[in-house]
Amino acid sequence: MQYMLMIYGDESAMPKASKESMNQMSAAYAAYTQALQKAGVMVAGDRLHHSTDAATVRMNNGKAKVLNGPYAESKEQLAGHYVIEANDLDAALAWAAKCPGAQHGVLEVRPIVKMSN
Amino acid sequence: MADGDQSAHEVARRVARASYGKLIAYLAKQTRDVAGAEDALSEAFASALVDWPRKGAPDNPEAWLMAVAKRKIIDASRRKRSGEASTDHLKLMAEELEAMASKEQHIPDERLALMFACAHPAIDPNIRSPLILQTVLGLDAVDIGSAFLVTPAAMGQRLARAKNKIKVAGIPFRVPEWAELGERLDAVLEAIYAAYTKGWNDPANVQNNLADEAIWLGRLIVELLPHEAEALGLLALMLFLQSRHEARRSVSGEFVPLADQDPSLWNSEMIAEAEGQLLRAGELNAIGRYQLEAAIQSAHAARRLTGSTDWEAIVQLYQGLIKIMPSPVVAINLAVAVSEVEGPEAGLAALPDLAENIELMEFQPYWAAKAALLSRADSISEAAEAYGMAIGLESDPAVRNFLLAKRSALPKAN
Repeated sequence: MQYMLMIYGDESAMPKASKESMNQMSAAYAAYTQALQKAGVMVAGDRLHHSTDAATVRMNNGKAKVLNGPYAESKEQLAGHYVIEANDLDAALAWAAKCPGAQHGVLEVRPIVKMSN
Repeated sequence: MADGDQSAHEVARRVARASYGKLIAYLAKQTRDVAGAEDALSEAFASALVDWPRKGAPDNPEAWLMAVAKRKIIDASRRKRSGEASTDHLKLMAEELEAMASKEQHIPDERLALMFACAHPAIDPNIRSPLILQTVLGLDAVDIGSAFLVTPAAMGQRLARAKNKIKVAGIPFRVPEWAELGERLDAVLEAIYAAYTKGWNDPANVQNNLADEAIWLGRLIVELLPHEAEALGLLALMLFLQSRHEARRSVSGEFVPLADQDPSLWNSEMIAEAEGQLLRAGELNAIGRYQLEAAIQSAHAARRLTGSTDWEAIVQLYQGLIKIMPSPVVAINLAVAVSEVEGPEAGLAALPDLAENIELMEFQPYWAAKAALLSRADSISEAAEAYGMAIGLESDPAVRNFLLAKRSALPKAN
């Protein structure tokens, strides 16, 4: 099965972080990504820009309405994601627990709908 | 023919009772589809009721039902993908099921794995107990709903949602690794105990006694995990409580509190079994909540031999319990035990503070305990007020009548 691991974190903490801890974080993510790849479970993964760089779109009476900012204004914002292949939810949760993002924020684990063609 | 009919029905009923959960667990583990397994098995039972009276019940009814249920599952997934060449997964599953059906006389017991799936941390804690009752014991949403004070429709929906989550989220059917076992087992035990307390709080409902079902599950866990101290502790606790079932009501149906119960009405076989399980648990050197609670009940049970209750021992056990499980309920019980040793004023002082635990305002046992303590401390008008709260919050008519009588028996306040 495939699962998406969504990394939510407090963006306001980022600018306050020291350069050293930023480097530490990057190294941890790089190692984590490598571990996912080596284990053959990595399907995809991306880090996202700050949520202030986001915009939302919805159709209103046939017209696109675009707003500045993320969909939900909350302290914790989606900061990145991985898609992994795992045997079951426990295996996916075990990977989520190892993600550096789980240390500072929250990981949401969602099963991905498999399209049968 | 009528005879054959009856015996075939009889066999079907017997197998249903003894093997339902086993068959569901095994089928669902293969497919991760609990609802699909339930549908297939109920179709298999329906076929049995047609087939067995005509041809006689098979030698191994369990294997027969399993083989038919598997075929139903395969048919159902073929129907779902009609017009489409069977996918690899389906072909594989069909082959595997086929191969097993032919030689399988012994069906492995996967009920424990099923219970761990039902009590998985990703499943809403409120639905874990109903889910286990349904999948392992085959209780329907009507019975479960009434025990949990939810409409059958709502309960059916919640159960269906949980089963769907097991399927789509890929919740595993297995006993967790050692490192995780403790925490996951707690959830399973909690679900079983929740079923027990629902049955316990509903003593008049003998037909569908959840308490018996919960004890049955408790025995199953102990059989499958014989070295888990808390599983033994839970079984002991439930047996101690259940041993007093007959004594909890008078012949005319009135509520009899523990202190007034006639110990000769307690079930001594159950008490002996409970003591045995608690002893086994103690030998494993892993004390926990259920063992402490069972030990408290054991101390109460000793009254049938000694004629008195060792309240000092009970206070100590509650003090141990509150350390590992701080909750208002434990605090209330501790306060009552303290009052037996040091008097009602000490008991009142030990009660949890209402201002700090506002939820106690609607918690019947708090008011019932407080009322009894106030009455013993001769605070008559306050006691009357507390009895009023306890009466207003009680749903069991027998207990309500008992409390009404207690309030009427208070001396007149001046």
